[in-house]
Amino acid sequence: MQIYLPIAELSVNIFLFLGMGAGVGFLSGLFGVGGGFLMTPLLIFAGIPPAVAVATEANQIVASSVSGALAHWRRGNVDIKMGVVLLIGGFIGSTLGVWVFGLLRGLGQIDLVIRLSYVVFLGIIGALMLVESVRAISRQRKPGGKRRKLHQHNWLHGLPFKMRFRRSKLYISALLPLGIGVLVGILAAIMGVGGGFIMVPAMIYLLGMPTSMVVGTSLFQIIFVTANVTFLQAWQNQTVDIFLALLLLTGGVIGAQFGTRAGAKLPGEQLRSMLALIVLGVCARLAYDLLARPDDVFSIGAMMGHG
Amino acid sequence: MRLRPQMAALGPLARQLGPRLLLAIMLLGFAPRTLAQAVVADLSDHLIAVTTGFDGAKLLLFGAIEGDAADVIVVVRGPPEEIVVRRKERIGGIWINNRKLIFGGVPAFYRLASTQPLEAIASDRVLARHGIGVEDIRMINPTGENGDLSTFREALIRNKKRLGLYPKANGEITFLGNRLFRSDIFFPSNVPTGTYDVTVYLLRGGKVISAQTTPLTVSKIGLGARAFAFAHSHSILYGIAAIAMALFAGWLAGAVAKRS
Repeated sequence: MQIYLPIAELSVNIFLFLGMGAGVGFLSGLFGVGGGFLMTPLLIFAGIPPAVAVATEANQIVASSVSGALAHWRRGNVDIKMGVVLLIGGFIGSTLGVWVFGLLRGLGQIDLVIRLSYVVFLGIIGALMLVESVRAISRQRKPGGKRRKLHQHNWLHGLPFKMRFRRSKLYISALLPLGIGVLVGILAAIMGVGGGFIMVPAMIYLLGMPTSMVVGTSLFQIIFVTANVTFLQAWQNQTVDIFLALLLLTGGVIGAQFGTRAGAKLPGEQLRSMLALIVLGVCARLAYDLLARPDDVFSIGAMMGHG
Repeated sequence: MRLRPQMAALGPLARQLGPRLLLAIMLLGFAPRTLAQAVVADLSDHLIAVTTGFDGAKLLLFGAIEGDAADVIVVVRGPPEEIVVRRKERIGGIWINNRKLIFGGVPAFYRLASTQPLEAIASDRVLARHGIGVEDIRMINPTGENGDLSTFREALIRNKKRLGLYPKANGEITFLGNRLFRSDIFFPSNVPTGTYDVTVYLLRGGKVISAQTTPLTVSKIGLGARAFAFAHSHSILYGIAAIAMALFAGWLAGAVAKRS
């Protein structure tokens, strides 16, 4: 069954996109990740214009973060103060990102930048996750390994504008979460991701936040930042396809339910190494597209921004 | 669902074909030979509605010619658009868009049908003069320095073909008897919207004797069309609606998951 997507301006198979939503939803339920970093490349592989894929995925992430954030909120796992500081950075970053996005689109380089960002970030994150989970697995096999310190002190703790975050039991410079927020905001706008895969490690290793607070707080921030991206992309670039977002949402909700159940039965560290391999696989595919000689070195596009 | 657009096109066709064919025949019979249009043609429908379930469309072009046997060429030209052609170059191991040229007045869609292969109908010079044939599509070349203009032009046409907007295979025109002809015109699901020109050329002895142009409109209709119009005319409200929908869907999913 075909459906015509009014903003992407093409006719697609409903079941293919429902299936893609369900597949990524399953993985995000299984691994507890947002899934934007998998969905956006998939949409691009499926022929959705990258600009529409990125903007629409931001819209979908708003929905998928809400249910998670509400669940964490009920358990008191959201550090509002930290979330708001991250959010201020996120607003600055995502507004900047959408502006840069429009600029690059006009220059014909948005495709390249989206792909390059994915290769760089997925490559780094995938490699780090793989190393970490392999270490963890081997640690489990050798009991009595040394425990890591709660957090170390370094130059980051010498930054000014110190702020107290009671929920997270931290006294750190507000510039740190603000900077992380800006970076994640830019990524959200350009890559169509929530940015959890950058923010969660950064909150744990850079800020030293307790793990229990990290996911809820990052989801809280992601809702507002992706909402901002959705709004700005819809307003300035008209690239948000509500029909496409609805298809992905519906599939995603169903997939995530099954994923969560499956995830509860599988061991955590093995799951993490599996996710690392998927991330590296997507990264390799995107890198290949950049490095291999294209079938046609010429491409065409409609001129935008008349007058 | 897949068959619906075709079925929808056949409905009005059945109603319209009768009277129009009759009219065509009457024109042939009664009009004085010297004054008559040498070719008369019309479409089964002058509107292609791109609805939410749109999966391409098929129109019937039918008409009649005057006089002895002749060749007919039908050209469907989409609305003119500005197209930027970019060439990738390898920079630091990565393929990056580098040089670009902008062509104006490029038909968004171009489809050709003929009674015989083009080379058997007329010389390249004649075809080029009328802009018949994909290689001879008229467009406004970019100004300024453009050393490899023809390479970029060829690339534009090649990419349009790959997208199915300049269909590679020429359509067929079949004659029913000596005077009446018909041709099916297919439009892919990614057909651009706008005002089209459908031109019917009558050729005899390698020369264009007569031509007739009929307009055709491709427009978005229904829910999708309204969403598109809303996204462009009220983009701020559209953005807010998209967020509201996502928030509601997320809340609903959470509520359902908690209960089950």
